[in-house]
Amino acid sequence: MSAAANTLTVAAARDALRKRALSAVDLTMACLTAMDAGDSLNAFAHKTPELALAQARAADARLAAGAAPDLCGIPLGIKDLFCTRGVASQAASNILRGFRPEYESTVTSQLFAAGAVMLGKLNMDEFAMGSSNETSCYGNAVNPWRRAGDDAALTPGGSSGGSASAVAADLCLAATGTDTGGSIRQPAAFAGIVGIKPTYGRVSRWGIIAFASSLDQAGPMTKTVRDAALLLGTMAGHDPKDSTSADLPVPDFEAALTGDIRCKTIGIPREYRMDGMPAEIEALWASGTAMLKDAGARIVDISLPHTKYALPAYYVIAPAEASSNLARYDGVRYGHRAKLAQGDGITEMYEKTRAEGFGKEVQRRVMIGTYVLSAGFYDAYYNRARKVRALIKRDFDLAFAAGVDAILTPATPSSAFGLGEMADADPVEMYLNDVFTVTVNLAGLPGIAVPVGLDAKGLPLGLQLIGRPWQEADLLNHAYVLERAAGFVAKAPKWW
Amino acid sequence: MSIDIETARRVAKLARIRVDEADLPDLAAELSGILRFMEQLNEVDVTGVEPMTSVTPMRLKRRADVVTDGNIQGAILKNAPDAREGFFAVPKVVE
Repeated sequence: MSAAANTLTVAAARDALRKRALSAVDLTMACLTAMDAGDSLNAFAHKTPELALAQARAADARLAAGAAPDLCGIPLGIKDLFCTRGVASQAASNILRGFRPEYESTVTSQLFAAGAVMLGKLNMDEFAMGSSNETSCYGNAVNPWRRAGDDAALTPGGSSGGSASAVAADLCLAATGTDTGGSIRQPAAFAGIVGIKPTYGRVSRWGIIAFASSLDQAGPMTKTVRDAALLLGTMAGHDPKDSTSADLPVPDFEAALTGDIRCKTIGIPREYRMDGMPAEIEALWASGTAMLKDAGARIVDISLPHTKYALPAYYVIAPAEASSNLARYDGVRYGHRAKLAQGDGITEMYEKTRAEGFGKEVQRRVMIGTYVLSAGFYDAYYNRARKVRALIKRDFDLAFAAGVDAILTPATPSSAFGLGEMADADPVEMYLNDVFTVTVNLAGLPGIAVPVGLDAKGLPLGLQLIGRPWQEADLLNHAYVLERAAGFVAKAPKWW
Repeated sequence: MSIDIETARRVAKLARIRVDEADLPDLAAELSGILRFMEQLNEVDVTGVEPMTSVTPMRLKRRADVVTDGNIQGAILKNAPDAREGFFAVPKVVE
């Protein structure tokens, strides 16, 4: 192999592995070397080199025997939110320090059964609550991209910031992420990679540390749309252990990448043209629209009138669910327990443990959630937010019923910002990062971020395509067309 | 709706998170800011709209009510901060 093996796409590595032009052990070694050399990115929180090499040797044996699955021997990074047996899984929280699950999440089980190799666990915002990876107990993950002529450290986005950083910097071939309000798509856009959040219920949530159960979905973060199709095919599928996982067949997503979207209808939602939107984002959106039109799609203006209310609805529903899901961290069954003073009872144990174990943002969201669910406020906040959520979903239902196949929007309101730049900002300002992505979670739809260009500072910008429920195959094909037309091949200049 | 210090104290208590008295005014202000942001929801006409319970209309799967797992006491206690004689151990609950 001429290029360093860690820079390969999943699809290229698969082909090389099957031809035996490359061994899984050599590929894994190349990634382990890149991972160690990338410590200044702080993308990996826990490294598992012994496990990776054992898995790679097993993959080589399977490849030698022939007929190995697509992901056999492919080195991946796994977000710290996934429980992995015997390997630290702490959702970037001090409250789960030392936790080593006795079980394996369904997603990682399926990846490992297909022969994938785990290099380690990836940095993220604590309990996936954040848009900049700055709430992590491991410290910030760093974006490999920098502004031209400026070496200030930028955020890789969040919450799947470590995943975005590791994939963009070629520390791994691909990574898993999770997305509750934009946590796959926003970091993917900030790092110039592809990230897809599937339809709610497409991928099992079992063994993924819960944030907001009605919104959480796992998905792949990859260098290309084809790689996203390959990973999603392995991650998806019905799981009896997750009662919200859909009992639907998983199509061959890679086979769906025909590059033909003639006669498809693309909706451009006017409500996504926000006041104060940077001209570069507006221009990128227009050029993405032109690319799909040139490919033969029909472009229509659509209206999603309740878009404006998505963020406030999200910031009622997600904290409400989080306050309930995070009640389990009480210092009894796993993780951290505070040191108690003489005479402290069980209530003091709970209160001290949670004050020490949860970071500021997590505490804030748990308390907001507690408040909106408390007696007297449940109807005013939580029930109203769920009604608005129904209206947001109806907006999309109407657009799809009118014949729209996919919706094109910006992925983020800006390119990557500097770490620490938002330190003095109001929490609500940070929440605005999710303005284009959060509607998709509320409506349970599939959404994908595709890198399309660079801004004047030399940073990647992405667009988002939103698909019909369960039509990830069609959505990936639209993304594939956009990817080919945009021809985004830029890589962050290596400084780490 | 603005959250006063007394309400912030009560919410922290309900959430079982210890907050120092000195930090309550800041907490109250932060929570108030977030709630003000949520108040935009009051502009929406939700007459006759049912609150969403499930994003995809689906009936949850059912299975036979039988034991499917068990006999893994060791695995369950493995991560406990304090486990003794096959139990999770906690400070005294009843005087």
